[in-house]
Parts: sequence; structure tokens; C-alpha cells
Amino acid sequence: MPDRSQTYDVIVAGGGNAALCAAITARQAGASVLLLESAPKAFRGGNSRHTRNLRAMHDKPNDVLTDAYHEDEYWDDLLRVTGGNTDENLARMTIRASSGVFGWMRECGVRFQPSLTGTLNLGRTNAFFLGGGKALVNAYYLTAERLGIDVLYDTEVISLNMDDGSVRSIDITYRGFPETVHARCVVASAGGFQANLDWMREYWGDAVDNFVIRGTPYNRGRVLKNLLDQGVAPIGDPTQCHAVALDARAPKFDGGITTRLDSVPYSVVVNQYGDRFYDEGEDVWPKRYAIWGRLIAQQPGQEAYSICDSKAFPLFMPSVYPAIKADTIEELAVKMKLDPAKVKATIDGFNKAVKPGQSFDNLKLDGNATEGLTPNKTNWARAVDKAPFYGYPLRPGITFTYLGVKVNDKAQVLMDNGHTAGNLFASGEIMAGNILGKGYLAGFGMTIGTVFGRIAGQEAARHARN
Amino acid sequence: MQETEAILNARREVEICNACRYCEGFCAVFPALELRREFSGGDLSYLANLCHNCRGCYYACQYSPPHEWGINIPRTMAEVRAESYEEYAWPPGAAKLFERNGVVVALAVAASIALVLIVAMAIGSPGAFFSARPMQPGAFYSVLPLLTMQIVGIASFGFALVALWMGARNFWKDAGPTEKVGVTALGIAAWDVLTLKNLGGNGNGCNDNSEAFSMRRRHLHHAMFYGFMLCFASTCSGFFFHAFLGWHAPYSLFSLPVVLGTVGGVLMTVGTVGLFVMKLTDDPLPNARRLLAGDVAMLLLLAMVAVTGLLLLAVRSTGAMPLTMAIHLGFVLALFVVLPYSKMVHGVYRSAALLRRAVERNMKPLGGE
Repeated sequence: MPDRSQTYDVIVAGGGNAALCAAITARQAGASVLLLESAPKAFRGGNSRHTRNLRAMHDKPNDVLTDAYHEDEYWDDLLRVTGGNTDENLARMTIRASSGVFGWMRECGVRFQPSLTGTLNLGRTNAFFLGGGKALVNAYYLTAERLGIDVLYDTEVISLNMDDGSVRSIDITYRGFPETVHARCVVASAGGFQANLDWMREYWGDAVDNFVIRGTPYNRGRVLKNLLDQGVAPIGDPTQCHAVALDARAPKFDGGITTRLDSVPYSVVVNQYGDRFYDEGEDVWPKRYAIWGRLIAQQPGQEAYSICDSKAFPLFMPSVYPAIKADTIEELAVKMKLDPAKVKATIDGFNKAVKPGQSFDNLKLDGNATEGLTPNKTNWARAVDKAPFYGYPLRPGITFTYLGVKVNDKAQVLMDNGHTAGNLFASGEIMAGNILGKGYLAGFGMTIGTVFGRIAGQEAARHARN
Repeated sequence: MQETEAILNARREVEICNACRYCEGFCAVFPALELRREFSGGDLSYLANLCHNCRGCYYACQYSPPHEWGINIPRTMAEVRAESYEEYAWPPGAAKLFERNGVVVALAVAASIALVLIVAMAIGSPGAFFSARPMQPGAFYSVLPLLTMQIVGIASFGFALVALWMGARNFWKDAGPTEKVGVTALGIAAWDVLTLKNLGGNGNGCNDNSEAFSMRRRHLHHAMFYGFMLCFASTCSGFFFHAFLGWHAPYSLFSLPVVLGTVGGVLMTVGTVGLFVMKLTDDPLPNARRLLAGDVAMLLLLAMVAVTGLLLLAVRSTGAMPLTMAIHLGFVLALFVVLPYSKMVHGVYRSAALLRRAVERNMKPLGGE
């Protein structure tokens, strides 16, 4: 049992990838380190436990990544998804650093595997962790243990008590009991607030009752709110979150990746009233799946229904829940508690509007479209006519929020008055909004967490020694 | 396979795995399950027997207990495997023997040793049984005639082979591939069996009792398996010496049968004792508890075969030889008798599952871009 009355060189608030990278780096630099994880051990790791890869720049193929992914292409990808809502200096720094993380990660016991089936488009840009993010988190905790980092589970950070721009003490609850701990430097790596439904409700109203939170229920944003309340400079739009289309039968929290549905581009998607509301074939799914959460959130009851026939059924990854299956569209509608006549009319109308086109090709924008519908489906449009028919109910699934604390290139937290905080650093989702202010780039959150975690750990250790 | 609770649970779990696929790099089970969306009982039996129980996926799983989905592939697969052993057992009535395997093995050992002892005593006089005898050709056979040894050995081992073959046929009918088996597939499967490529997270190791990886399990299994094979080779070479060269046992310390047997016996002892110790220190969560007794009984039986064999070598020119030999032959006989109704059948079914995997190696996974 660690002696919690000591003054640590570095205390890390959080227990996911960014927190672990900071803690291990600080320890390797000679600092005494305490890591505070709000989850119990079995659920440690924040949202990192649901991740699977890290996006990395590389100039030539290596043992985990194919081909090359240069800085400029990486930057262009980021610029496109964020629509410029990024900080070029921090972003390029992160991109460049991403090419050099593998050696260190391997030393920490992280293992990689070839890109997963069904993710061919990521084999060039993203390095996949063997066994996924929880295996990565396990490796880091084993390393932390080996290096002598003190780790407390079931420990929520209640307040980083700041005075004159520096954290003087930290109020925590350890297994439900209040305590105060002390450190020369603090790294805030406690994630966003997507699991805090009351906070989300401020922006989304009662629609949040129909949201599914894909990740850990422990990301309540307590550290984030506490810092913003104490004059730390915010970054990112507080109303925004990353939301995807999920199977509506998903658990409220922690369903991770398996409840995601990739059926949309090969389906007809209707709302509760049986009406279509958006072009299902607008672009390839990796570029569009992240807008569908928001689209569904804007529909009545935050619900939608993806309907396809047996031609389309084998084309997408299975969800964890079995498809609802029926021999006729009407029967399928009834099973999904929709108006059968209305759904039948929508599907019939859709089938009639399908233009005879080129051969179907699910690997590219094939141009097979409908004509005369509002909205039209602009790719992969085929008549839904081959029984049996399959349906999935959909809901918005929230991955993360964008609001965070502002940092500089040394991971130092910035105050509202423009000064840097004296001994406070940040890494991971809590500061990702500096670089990814909008949109989504697969595996980039893990890149930011790893790169900034290591910078924060390094800087905090250095600062603690001086 | 019958639709038991274990099968239903396995189907629920692999459907979740199929939507996740994070564990693809650990072993052959995950690429194999990605080839289908619907899982028959036979498919699940195939996947269960393909699982080498390395437990990498258990510790990596974001849905393992206490998550509400409680995914525990190693335990679930072990339970389906156990049911598959009963399902495919030949003759069908013998399936019951798997249920209380620890007890069955213990009884078979006791009965076999007693039998060999009684026969040996009956042949020689009890006085001669305990007297020292010179190391001369045929010394062993004065305790137990060669013909008796051969008849009992060949009959019991022969029956075991027939029963294993029939079990393998039953497995192949229920859980085999639909395509033809090619030479390449046979080669790949043989390589996978001999290297235990799938035991240990694609070269990273197994998870013995925590998130940490280790090659210990694979190395110990290799020691046990190759030790066993060396012992088998020793027996064959002895037979060859006797039948074709007219050289009769006991053989000198540096003869082929003794060297093979000694090295094999030591390896088997190290492997079985090591695996037994690991069983005691395993994390119980990913294990199927009800299989523990049978597994442990089998490891101990193998260990006793090896240890008594080495002991026999040590005392072969003393008065302890006849008794030691009787006990050793008792353990060997017990091993042959329980072979088709013990943990040992995993070798047959797992090899068959690896063969199906090799046959299906070029099939494309469903879904994805």
C-alpha cells in the first residue's frame, strides 16, 4: 500500500492511455509518481480500453504499417476532418512525434498485429494493438507496476486545488472516503465528459436520455469542470460530441465498438415515421459514419431503422445483435414497431427511383443512385427486393466530447489570463480539442494521448526536480 | 453437437467476437469465426477444439467479466470442448467416463497396477519376485513373459487407437470442413500441431495467471509432448532391436532405446510436473473448473509413467526391479486404457480442427470494406 501522505513529484489524474504514458515517462525520468484512476481495476483505462489502433506517420513501410504516410498527407487529413479547427503547430508536432513512439511502446510491453479484417483502409495509416486497447492498457499498467509507480483504483479526483495558477493539493475520494494528496506537479489526463448525462443535457436537452455512451461510465469530466471553474482556458465547442450510429439495443455504457452498425451505405434508413431523411450513400462509410449519430439524434425519439435485403446483408460487419429478419417488408416493419404500410410505400418508392446503372461495387463510389427522391441515395442504390429482409434499430452513440483545456507545446495548461499554469500539465482527451477541434480521424485520439502523455510526463518530471 | 447451455453461450459469445475482432492476432480461432455469421453446433465444436486455451483473449477483452456481457472465451470453449469429447466418444456409452474423469483415471491406474502385479506374482514365485537378478538378456521377461506383455500392450493400445479413430470420425462428420483435404492443408496442420503455433498469442506467449505474457506453457507442453514421442521412439527401437536384430533387453546405458527413453522420460517429467504446478497457480477465472480434476489426473498419470520408467532404469539390476517394472507397466497400461476417455483426446480433436482451419485458409471473412 503506497504511503499517501508523501509529497509525490508527479500525480497523474486519470488512468487511460494518456495518463499511463505520462506516468511511465515521468517515472522513467526519475520522478516519484502516483496515478489516480476513478474506475475499479476491472474497468481501468478509460476509453482507451475500447480503442484498437494509433495513427502514425511513417516514411517507409515497417513491421506494422504498410507503404508510407507522410506528414503532409496526415496534416491534410486532419485539416479536412477538422475544417481548420486545429492548431497547426501542435498538430504537426504531434504528427511528427507519432513516427517515433513504437520503440517506446514496445519497451512498455505493447504488442501490435496486422490491421484487422474489415479495416483494409487503415492498414497504411494505423497501427493496431494486439488484442486491442485493453491489452495496451494492461501492458502499461504492468510496466507502471514494475517501475514502482503507485496506482490507486476506485479513486476519483474531486478537486485540483489551484492557487495563483498552481495546484497546491488534490482532494480525492479513495474507495468512497475523502482524502487529500500532494504533488509538486500534476498531470490532468482524465478525459472528457461524455458519460456525464447531466452535463450533456445542458446542450442536448432530454434527447440525452436516448443517447448511448459507447465508452466507460467513469468519464464524467469532473477534473475538466473543476479546472474550467478555476480559470483554466477552455478549448473546443462544449456542445459538440463525436456521435455514430449504433444498434439501439446497445447497453447504455461500455458497449465499445461492437454495437456500431456499418449497414447504412447498403441500406435504406428511415425514421420512426417510416420516412427517409438523408443520403445513405453520400460517401464511403469511413468518411461518413461519424455524421450519422448526429443525424439520428435529430430524428424524433432519436431513433432510426436500417433496412436491407439479402443481397446487401453480407456486405457489412455484423453487429453484436442479430438482425431483425422477415420475409416481407411489412412483416419486418411490424417487428420493428413501424407502420408497415408507410415503410412498404417508402421502400417501393425507393425501388422505383433506383436508376438502372453500372455494376454494383461496394469498394468504391459506384454512382448507382436514385432519381427524384428527397433525399436521393447517390451511391450503392439497389432495389431492396430480395427476401429475406433485414433490419436494425439505430440510436446515436456518443464516443467523446470536444471541450477541453488549452495547452501549449510543452503540455502546460494555459489560464484564461494567458499565463501558463505553474505546475499543471494535461494530456489525452482532456486537451485533444486543441488539435482535433471538430470531426474525427481514426486512431488520432490515441496518437494525441501517447504523444502528449509522454511530453506531459517528461515536462512534469523535469519541473518537479527544479 | 446438441444445443446445450454451453453451446448457446458459446454462440452468444462468438457473435460478439465477430462484431469486435480485436483478438484476430492471437490465434486461429478468431480468423476462423470471422468466416461465418451463423454458427452451427458443429462450427462451435470446431472453434472450441481449435482454441488452445492460451487466454490472451480473456485478458485483452473489453467485455470480460465483470462487464455485463461477461465474455470468457477460454472458459466457454473449454466447456464446449468437454461436451464435444463426450459427444464424439466411441463406443457412445463410454461418454460417461469423461464426467468424473479424475476418479476414472485413478481407478484405472489402481486396477492396472494390481493386474500386472497379480499376473507377475502368479508367474514367478513370490520369493524370486524380490530377488536381485543379473543384467542379462531376457531379465525383464522372467518377471513377465514377453508374450504376455505384447498381448496386453498391443490389445490395450490397439483398442485406444480404434476408439480415438472413431472419435475423430465423429468429430469430422459433425465439425469437419465441407471442402476436400489437400496435401498443403495437411502440411500446414501438421506444422501447427508440432509447433503449437496457436498456443501463445502469435509468438507473444500465453497469459498464465495475469495480463503478463509468458512462453512457459508452450515450452512445458513441448517438453511433455516431445518427451512422450521420444519414449515412443524408444519403445519402437527396442522392438526393432528385438525383432529384427535379435538383441534382447535390457540394453546398455548408451544404447538407442535407453538414451531415447531417458531423455524422453526426463522431458516428460519436467513438462508434466511444470504444467501441473501451473494448474495450481492459474488464474481460476478463465478456467473451466469442472475439467480441473480430469486434467490434473491425466498430467499426474503421464508424470508417473515417466518417473517410474526412469526409476526402473535406475533399479533394473537390483531386487527392486520386478516390483518397479510391474508398477511402471501398470501405469503404462492405465494410460493406454484411459487414453480415448481422457484429456489426451484433445490432441486428436485439436489436430482435426487445425486441419479444417488449414483447409479453409483461403476463405474470405464476411463483412468489412
